[in-house]
Amino acid sequence: MSKKYETVIGLEVHVQLQTESKLFCGCSAAYGAEPNSNTCPICLGLPGTLPMLNKRALRFALQASRAADCQINQFSKFDRKNYFYPDLPKGYQISQYDLPLGYDGRITIETEEGETKEIGLTRIHLEEDAGKLIHAGSVGDSAHSYVDYNRGGVPLIEIVSEPDIRSPEEARAYLNALKQIILYLGISDCNMEEGSLRCDANVSLRTRGDREFGIKAEVKNMNSFRAVERALAYEVKRQEKLLDAGRKVVQETRTWDESRQETVSMRGKEEAEDYRYFPEPDLMPLEISDEFIEEIDDSLPELPLEKKHRFQEQYDLPAYDAGVLTQSRELAKLFEESAGKYDDAKEVSNWLMGEYLRLLKENEVEPGQDELNGEKLAELLELIEDGTISSKIAKEVFEETFVSGKAPGEVVEERGLKQISDEDELAEIVAGIVADNPEVVEDIKGGKDKAIGFLVGQVMQETRGKANPQLANQLIREEIEKH
Amino acid sequence: MKIYEMTLAGLIEARDSKRIKPGEILAAFQTRTEEVEERVRSFLDRPRDLAAEYEDSKNGKFAGIPVALKANMATSKLTTSCGSSILEDYRTPYQSTVADKITGSGGVIAGKTNMDEFAMGSTTEHSAYQVTRNPWNLDHVPGGSSGGSAAAVAAGEVPCALGSDTGGSIRQPAAFCGVVGFKPTYGVVSRYGLAAFASSLDQIGPLTRTVEDAAITLNIISGVDPLDSTSARIDHPDYTGKLDQDIAGMSFGLPSSYLEMDIDEEIRNQVLEAAEKLREAGAEVREIELPPADLALAAYYIIATAEASSNLARYDGVQYGTRQSGDNVRDMFVNTRSFSFGPEVKRRIMLGTFALSSGYQDELYKKALKVRTVIKEKYEKVFSEIDIILGPNSPAPAFKIGEDMDPLDVYYTDIFTVPVNISGFPALSLPAGFSEQGLPLSVQLIGPAFGEVELLQAASGLEKRLDVPTLAALEKGR
Amino acid sequence: MISREEIAHIAELASLKLTEEEKEEFSEQLSDVLNYINKILEVDTEGVEPTYYPLPSSNILREDEVTNQDRRQEMLEQAPDKEDDQFKVPGIEQKE
Ligand SMILES: [Mg+2]
Ligand SMILES: [Zn+2]
Repeated sequence: MSKKYETVIGLEVHVQLQTESKLFCGCSAAYGAEPNSNTCPICLGLPGTLPMLNKRALRFALQASRAADCQINQFSKFDRKNYFYPDLPKGYQISQYDLPLGYDGRITIETEEGETKEIGLTRIHLEEDAGKLIHAGSVGDSAHSYVDYNRGGVPLIEIVSEPDIRSPEEARAYLNALKQIILYLGISDCNMEEGSLRCDANVSLRTRGDREFGIKAEVKNMNSFRAVERALAYEVKRQEKLLDAGRKVVQETRTWDESRQETVSMRGKEEAEDYRYFPEPDLMPLEISDEFIEEIDDSLPELPLEKKHRFQEQYDLPAYDAGVLTQSRELAKLFEESAGKYDDAKEVSNWLMGEYLRLLKENEVEPGQDELNGEKLAELLELIEDGTISSKIAKEVFEETFVSGKAPGEVVEERGLKQISDEDELAEIVAGIVADNPEVVEDIKGGKDKAIGFLVGQVMQETRGKANPQLANQLIREEIEKH
Repeated sequence: MKIYEMTLAGLIEARDSKRIKPGEILAAFQTRTEEVEERVRSFLDRPRDLAAEYEDSKNGKFAGIPVALKANMATSKLTTSCGSSILEDYRTPYQSTVADKITGSGGVIAGKTNMDEFAMGSTTEHSAYQVTRNPWNLDHVPGGSSGGSAAAVAAGEVPCALGSDTGGSIRQPAAFCGVVGFKPTYGVVSRYGLAAFASSLDQIGPLTRTVEDAAITLNIISGVDPLDSTSARIDHPDYTGKLDQDIAGMSFGLPSSYLEMDIDEEIRNQVLEAAEKLREAGAEVREIELPPADLALAAYYIIATAEASSNLARYDGVQYGTRQSGDNVRDMFVNTRSFSFGPEVKRRIMLGTFALSSGYQDELYKKALKVRTVIKEKYEKVFSEIDIILGPNSPAPAFKIGEDMDPLDVYYTDIFTVPVNISGFPALSLPAGFSEQGLPLSVQLIGPAFGEVELLQAASGLEKRLDVPTLAALEKGR
Repeated sequence: MISREEIAHIAELASLKLTEEEKEEFSEQLSDVLNYINKILEVDTEGVEPTYYPLPSSNILREDEVTNQDRRQEMLEQAPDKEDDQFKVPGIEQKE
């Protein structure tokens, strides 16, 4: 990080709301349908058609606003943002201008140093998405473009941060925190590849100690969180070089070129856009009552950061564990269910952070899409604790339960995985192994106590892991005494 | 009496008492239309055979009644060109709510009527297609922008037509053509499927030969529409409810300052005579003070053009309508719009774009919205003292076709009609007599928001006392 | 008076291309209209709220339900140009 300059970043995030239908018409808002199959006279803006607001989209936008600590404009309205583009069927986008649903909010992030920091939110507003332009060839020189309006009219919330972000890493942390909140609310899948979360950034530098902001560049077309971090890092470096060389940053829009790993100036209009915003006369205003806000507040789930802190306290978990377990609402739920039935929360956490996350990744599924539940995990941990199975065997059982949903006890039974804790049975095996390894026995007698591990290993191998290792250890020592 | 000479109420009564069949009604109007249409030219598109459009299954109040719709209301069968070449031959894959209501009650869409392009104009000469003539004098315009609908009713081509009124576009052509034109309160009739000029001002309403017919039509076309957020969420009354009640005891306000403005002498006298008739009928007529009409006109031209500049942005040649080629998509937009919009539409788009552009928006557009508040509140205050306002409608009778007029002079035509669009109030143009030249004269009655029933009652009372013919003979050879 | 440069800028915003005569004519006519319209600037509107909606109500909402089926053929039917169920338009940038 430069000592001379301070990085100033503000992010504009568009999140597609996961409603059934579009914002202003009864077309499906689903992703991936055949081109233009989710269109109708209303979302195509055919002459005389009128918008009608989707109740659930409004609710989702309010939930997002409240979850991000926003104030609510209790008198709110829609406005038209006027500009011509082929993906915009009406020649204007229905958005919100001076009275957004939410304003003055904040998102708490954790910096790399493990401290918390608040990033202010200027506003959260509701608006409609545009269609999708497909260019034959590259954007610049294709003779034709094709328009698919399936996405046109899908509800979006635009979340505008204050210029409070001070590094590309913070930008990523902010996006992570924001995404987590939205996933907790269940109002979007935040899938960047499918475009349900999109992020633009304003980046500028100023000499440390300066109060005034430097000239900013807008960076677009970043298609993953990692791309955001890289694009911003690149842009910061680029601006640093310019300033160091005594040159000026140009106020412009730049696009992130993923293949070249650099931001590129977008050709075209340098003239500032004049969107001629004015109140949308086809929609009536919104009056959000105190009761409605209260109802929204009551409907909010416990949010990630809150939950993390509670996990640390209530279950005495390390911050790292609590952070991982609250990544997703489903994972946190699984943890709490298990920890409610099994005393050792740290043990539950270990299994979830270890085996469980590994299996999720391996099977390419999200928490909740597997067959494990809290009761089954607790049962498994009981089986380990009471010595029925070893922790090694437990992994095998866990995987089976994860995939098929069979109760661990049942798996152990079916597969005959029960630990051999019967002294007589095990003593017989031990006697054989001791007899077969006289040199090792000599070593042990000669004080090389570590060598006992080899014999235990032999016992485990012979029993295919079913021997109780503590018991085996004890029996080996007794057997050696006899010699 | 010939069938085409009958009023809507008369037709319904005759049909219900089985004296005429729906098919006969349709055939009679078809014959009349074929007889006069060549001279009047009300229609841009109409079915070949009206009777064939009639569906026996739908026998409602309008069974067998032919209704003409202005060409800016979407219908599934006929073209919806809005009088513009940018929508030449355009057929919508949906119907306007009013069209559904007409056909749903057994009515037959008798055609799409000529209009000034996108409802911008006062003569219907701004149509990209044809000039409609005033049935009372074919050398004169029918008014606009719903000129085709007004002419069709006055010519007896239909007993009833729908128009849209953004700044007087129902009432002024009704005045020019000597028929009843009614702009209901904003939100009483759904705007779904009405190609927008200025969304916060547009309202659909009937053009008919009598006040009763207007009320009957309003009963059919009004209603809460789940497709239109701006349609008023009210319990709709029976709009014919008080037509028979006398107007004695009602109070009327006469804005005397309006009569001192630059208006035709004959129109001024007509308004005063109407006031006299009201007094004779036992109503009270009182002088009132209304906000200066020119302020309303100024505010109107800012709001209307601002909204229009945005509403007409969708005509870009991508999804429907005509397209002009271009090297890139931007050129295609510009070429399409520049080639296909007429001068009046361009002028208003320019004015509205200017009013909304940065640097002027606060000065002009926001100011206009505040002036709108001032005007609306003054009207509301007046309505706390009187029931109905009586005043002039158009400052002059129908102009001659092709008269060269300055845009500002044309805009001035709307001076008495725009205040109610600004405020959303209902207003009605009532035939009041004829000028020395034989051109229709009219008066305007204005009521408070959702005061349709009383406004129609007052209009009906005055109508009986004025007793003006509303059907142009159009004898052959004229 | 609106200058011809301003007229050109407004035309650009409105996606219109005006001929020289039109520019001349519009600059005059719009100036006249503006002179007339400017009279509203004299009205005292201190403390007056703007009226956006002539007769406002609020919270007019619909349920989140999919009511539309695939109508793409109808929607595409009137398109000036189309290909593979998509609306076809000239490219975004100038061809060189
Ligand atoms: Mg946006
Ligand atoms: Zn749709």
